Amino acid sequence: MAKELLKVTDLKQYFPIKGGMLGRTVNNVQAVDGVTFTVHEGETVSIVGESGCGKSTTGRAILRLDEPTGGQVEFDGEDLLALNNRQMRKKRKDLQIIFQDPYASINPRQTVRQVLEEALEIQNVVPKAERAAKIAELMETVGLGAHQADRFPHEFSGGQRQRIGIARALSVDPKLIIADEAVSALDVSIQAQVINLMKKLQRDFSLTYLFISHDLGVVRHISDRVIVMYLGKIVEIGDKTSIFDNPQHPYTKALLSAIPVPDPDIETKKERIILQGDVPSPINPPAGCRFHTRCPFATDRCKTEVPELRTEEHMKEGHQGACHYIKEIQAGTHEAKY
Amino acid sequence: MVKPTDILKEEPILEVRNLQTSFFTEKFEVKAVDGVNFAVPKGKTLGIVGESGSGKSITSLSILRLIQNPGKIIGGEILFKGENLLDKSEAQMRRVRGNEISMIFQEPMTSLNPVYTVGQQISESYRIHQNIGKKEAMLRSIDMLKLVGIPSPEQRVKQYPHELSGGMRQRVMIAMALACDPELLIADEPTTALDVTIQAQILELMKELQQRLGMSIVMITHDLGVVAETCDYVAVMYMGKVVEYAKVADLFKNPKHPYTVGLLNSLPRHDIDLGDEELTVIKGSVPSPDNMPKGCRFAPRCPFASEICVEQLPDLEQSEDGNQIRCWIYTDEWDGDPEVKVNG
Repeated sequence: MAKELLKVTDLKQYFPIKGGMLGRTVNNVQAVDGVTFTVHEGETVSIVGESGCGKSTTGRAILRLDEPTGGQVEFDGEDLLALNNRQMRKKRKDLQIIFQDPYASINPRQTVRQVLEEALEIQNVVPKAERAAKIAELMETVGLGAHQADRFPHEFSGGQRQRIGIARALSVDPKLIIADEAVSALDVSIQAQVINLMKKLQRDFSLTYLFISHDLGVVRHISDRVIVMYLGKIVEIGDKTSIFDNPQHPYTKALLSAIPVPDPDIETKKERIILQGDVPSPINPPAGCRFHTRCPFATDRCKTEVPELRTEEHMKEGHQGACHYIKEIQAGTHEAKY
Repeated sequence: MVKPTDILKEEPILEVRNLQTSFFTEKFEVKAVDGVNFAVPKGKTLGIVGESGSGKSITSLSILRLIQNPGKIIGGEILFKGENLLDKSEAQMRRVRGNEISMIFQEPMTSLNPVYTVGQQISESYRIHQNIGKKEAMLRSIDMLKLVGIPSPEQRVKQYPHELSGGMRQRVMIAMALACDPELLIADEPTTALDVTIQAQILELMKELQQRLGMSIVMITHDLGVVAETCDYVAVMYMGKVVEYAKVADLFKNPKHPYTVGLLNSLPRHDIDLGDEELTVIKGSVPSPDNMPKGCRFAPRCPFASEICVEQLPDLEQSEDGNQIRCWIYTDEWDGDPEVKVNG
């Protein structure tokens, strides 16, 4: 097995809510609450979940774009949280991020050349004399013309802009790229082009991806392993075949069954699990299993006891789910209430 | 020339013929909707699917005549129950909107008024269209909220939009749209801003209400999965034109237009593993509207395009299975490979 590149242990990210006359912290938004996983060199691990599950916050906390409240982040054997700001800035050469909205994440007043040059200069990747050549090479790598480098972002379409975002991330020869909903804003025909590009770049530059997305179709296509999050916690983790073909957690099952499939034959046959209610607020998350308020299988035990991630006998190695009743649901001895 | 009603088994409630809506800038005219034809069957759902810039939303706004300057409907007919909406006066139109035809939008937060309670906003349509008193209107609003599955509606009517979650807001939007028992509901990307588990709830609700109330729905979406799940017929739009118009089962089983095939192929699916295979892509991107291809709009990106495609715009024609298709390949004039397999 490839070596561990990123190791996240018990990561917590609480955002304080200030209130009262003295502006004291009256409560916390527990956006990420004790998340543990590893990413091996060369693989793509995806984090999926709905709005507010903490998937983006996890990505930002790893890069220390927001300072995590607790836990450890080890990258290539080094504790990232122990670095000071200057060391961290240097370190970001190895960890890059691509954002969702290519309209908001590129400075509209800079030409593409300036955008890329800035990255090259800060991380001092190549000597000044070679920068122009490097920029031309980067543009071609992401499928743009070298002659387009002197244009401004508004002169590009959404898909092309996302290619610029990828070029910027690639410019410093990173080891890990965190892609935060990187293809979500694109139309399907353009999305497919960018996904293919990202897969090709991964092969060519032996990149490791942490791919954050709500789109399970894209995730199945791009990932080796998948992490499913709900309200700040991991509910299930496993290789993609386990997650998509043999999901164990009731939330993962509901999530997968909720996605409409472009095939009316399947649509009419399939049994859709429709969850009741909304995701509760992360300010006062439910005690016990955080999913118990919507879970068709929940019992009193789920309301008090927090389930740990575990692998039951019928599950593949490395496939874990955080539910008290995985075995019973699998055996059919624990029935759904709705 | 084929008629849009040709493919329907049902009576049409709405028929759009050769609709043209343009936006006029100083330099040029953007033909956002460029001769669109389709019909909505009574009690059933028509999907209009397309990517950004295909003109699907402008089409829906045109039906209700909600196009504003610099946009203008410059031609065509919109026949609702046999009457052309484009001939109606503004006062007559006001009686149609929200009463006989209503609309729900993508973003429930921006389409609800933040300074009025939910109850006041639903009541408004009763008071305007049905001349009902304040108290009675509020009672009916509570009934509507119950109908769309909002728990404890008596409390919810007194709340403001910001106190509700995204899914709840969309339910309120649906309650408002259905208040006056419209015959046609236009839903413009009603679930795009919602998470999938909430999307499933809302789509289920819409289907259930359609059965109960017998209304017709126009579902505008970019999501082919949503089409497969909710629609009976579908019109695929590209650059202001309908390129394929078919029964839903036929479209997914046997897509004919190279654009439809391309869309279906480029969509990664959670229930199919492609392994290391690449996604099949549609090359290039949608041309800018000031640089409209003169022949088939899709020709510059089409893997099968031949000379005639570049030179001349094909018409929407009937195909052998009774659906409609705008593509030279299926005509006698086709000058490319006679053995071409679009869906192979």
